[in-house]
Amino acid sequence: MAKKVALLQGNDACAQGAVYAGCKFFGGYPITPSTEVAEVLSGELPKVGGKFIQMEDEIAAIASVIGASLAGSKALTASSGPGISLKQELIGYACIAEVPIVIVNVMRGGPSTGMPTGPGQSDVMQAKWGTHGDHAVIAVAPASCQEIFEETVRAFNLAEKYRMPVQILYDEIVGHMREPVTFPEPGELEVIDRTAPTVGPEDYKPFDPSQGQVPPLAAYGSGYKFHVTGLNKAPDGFPTTKAELVDAEERRQIAKVMDNVADIEKNEEYLTDDAEVIIWAFGSTSRSARYAVNELRKEGIKAGLFRPITLWPFPEKRTAELAQQAKAIVVPELNLGQMIYEVDRVAKGACAVAGVNRVDGEPINPGQIMDRVKEVL
Amino acid sequence: MAYDYEKSIRPGKLPHIWCPGCGHGIIMKGLIRAMDTCELDRTQTAIVSGIGCASRLPGYLDACTLHTAHGRAAAFATGVKMARPDMNVIVVGGDGDGTAIGGNHFIHACRRNIDLTYIVMNNHIYGMTGGQFSPTTPTGAMASTTPYGNPDPTFDISKLAIGAGATFVARTTAYHATQIDKLIAEGIRHKGMAVIEIIDDCPTTYGRRNKFRSVVDMMKRLKDNAVPVAAASKMSPEQLEGKILTGVLFKEERPEYTATYAEVIKKAQGA
Ligand SMILES: Cc1ncc(C[n+]2csc(CCOP(=O)(O)OP(=O)(O)O)c2C)c(N)n1
Ligand code: SF4
Repeated sequence: MAKKVALLQGNDACAQGAVYAGCKFFGGYPITPSTEVAEVLSGELPKVGGKFIQMEDEIAAIASVIGASLAGSKALTASSGPGISLKQELIGYACIAEVPIVIVNVMRGGPSTGMPTGPGQSDVMQAKWGTHGDHAVIAVAPASCQEIFEETVRAFNLAEKYRMPVQILYDEIVGHMREPVTFPEPGELEVIDRTAPTVGPEDYKPFDPSQGQVPPLAAYGSGYKFHVTGLNKAPDGFPTTKAELVDAEERRQIAKVMDNVADIEKNEEYLTDDAEVIIWAFGSTSRSARYAVNELRKEGIKAGLFRPITLWPFPEKRTAELAQQAKAIVVPELNLGQMIYEVDRVAKGACAVAGVNRVDGEPINPGQIMDRVKEVL
Repeated sequence: MAYDYEKSIRPGKLPHIWCPGCGHGIIMKGLIRAMDTCELDRTQTAIVSGIGCASRLPGYLDACTLHTAHGRAAAFATGVKMARPDMNVIVVGGDGDGTAIGGNHFIHACRRNIDLTYIVMNNHIYGMTGGQFSPTTPTGAMASTTPYGNPDPTFDISKLAIGAGATFVARTTAYHATQIDKLIAEGIRHKGMAVIEIIDDCPTTYGRRNKFRSVVDMMKRLKDNAVPVAAASKMSPEQLEGKILTGVLFKEERPEYTATYAEVIKKAQGA
């Protein structure tokens, strides 16, 4: 039987991917350009016995999502710039309490209301540093409607596997454009569920490091009684101020991500083998970058594209290797220079690093990238 | 025979953090008795709180407990209840937690009439942070941020809940220990948003600054000013000035949110 193919908007693809991943709860609050994720799920979730709720604000939305996840449902929220800022306190809560949730950020321009209907890539550092305290971050950055579907499934998998919040970052351009999306058959894409405890309720400790870097998570109502708090806690889940316990817990929560970068990282490379100049681009900007690579090659310039699909943790190793190989790395992004800081940090002066930046609500076009490449070579 | 509270309390979690004379412990015992009255299976009972002295309560009780962020308990609890409508979901917290930073979540949970039992431990002050004024600190009273007396008008939490759409609203005080569990039990049995406001005391950060010489003085205030609703109906507004109306203040039947959502699911599935 032929697979189902539909012409979907990026936000719709995200909603469909969530359903495929087994999402059973969405809590949201409308904001352009993310609203369609909520609109589609308000129709789709109840069809599969899931729940949709429009909460009174973005803080309530993420709070309800954390609550639903603890009660055993895979849960999603979606928002954009200002709404994501409101969610930051509770993103930190989900980090320390180790609650699997997925947060979609359809990025638009500007601080504050900025340009609500224009694209932006200016929340990439917010995704990394937005909440307070030390914490690991996983964020993915799909660049097409098909990839939004697939990366939404992967985001749920990573959230469930590593028991933490995972962010999906894409900009308004990808969120609102329409492309044919092929629906994978059930079972075709891997779907991961959180590990349930193997010990009985009497012996269960929700943060027990002896159960692995990612301790199993029971669901409320499944027979296990346990405590969840945003305070630093001992392995049994109860608050502690014991220095060695606090230190061990915080370090484990970062190590569970950083020790598994190979599993979490995902990049795409195009003509990088012999490239003298690397265009380091993600999301919608990578589409212009790919076009620029082809045009530059026609002109005899050995250009290649490096496209991180996992944005955080930062692809340190591969970026460093490319900096050794190339004469220059050009980083186009729809902001005034954010990921370029990381590229520069990792390149350690091995090659020139130059940005192409735009915040006027227009996409970066291939010509701009080509001009910059010629300038730096 | 002494009441067996121990079986509801997590081994090794006492002593609690509350000051001697704090009313929060009286309310916790009332909640335990109410859960026993209703024979709640603790594996099927979630107790959710925000941040504050009052919000430390869930940590002591052997159940599915969730200590969230300041003000957000009602929103977390809404997620738990939506995911598991069959579970009993109880929310506890202070006046600051529930009606200042969490006021928006509080009124919207009331409006939805979602089946939560929400216990507000109203001690008229931010206890945990050392006695700053809250939305229920009496006008003119002293708090650490009102050195000239509190200029702010107050919320009447029960009226706020009724106005926002809660379908069971009751009030008592920390002095009226036996009424606490009766009202909470009634709230637990009620299908819909039940708010139980318990007028409480904070000797450490409120009493001290407001000329209550002792905890006994504070308890006397609760005892002397409480007026049951039946008695209040025969009193004039002047006589009721400064009094605490106690008992069931409001009760009505209205569709409960998760039950309504179950109908949405049926519609979506074409049933
Ligand atoms: C976002 C945030 N803002 C402020 C605080 C600080 N804070 C902790 S408890 C509290 C007030 C608690 O008062 P209340 O809810 O009335 O409870 P009580 O301590 O009196 O029992 C405040 C302001 C916080 N923890 N989080
Ligand atoms: S500070 Fe006040 S509210 Fe907090 S425990 Fe002490 S008496 Fe109770």
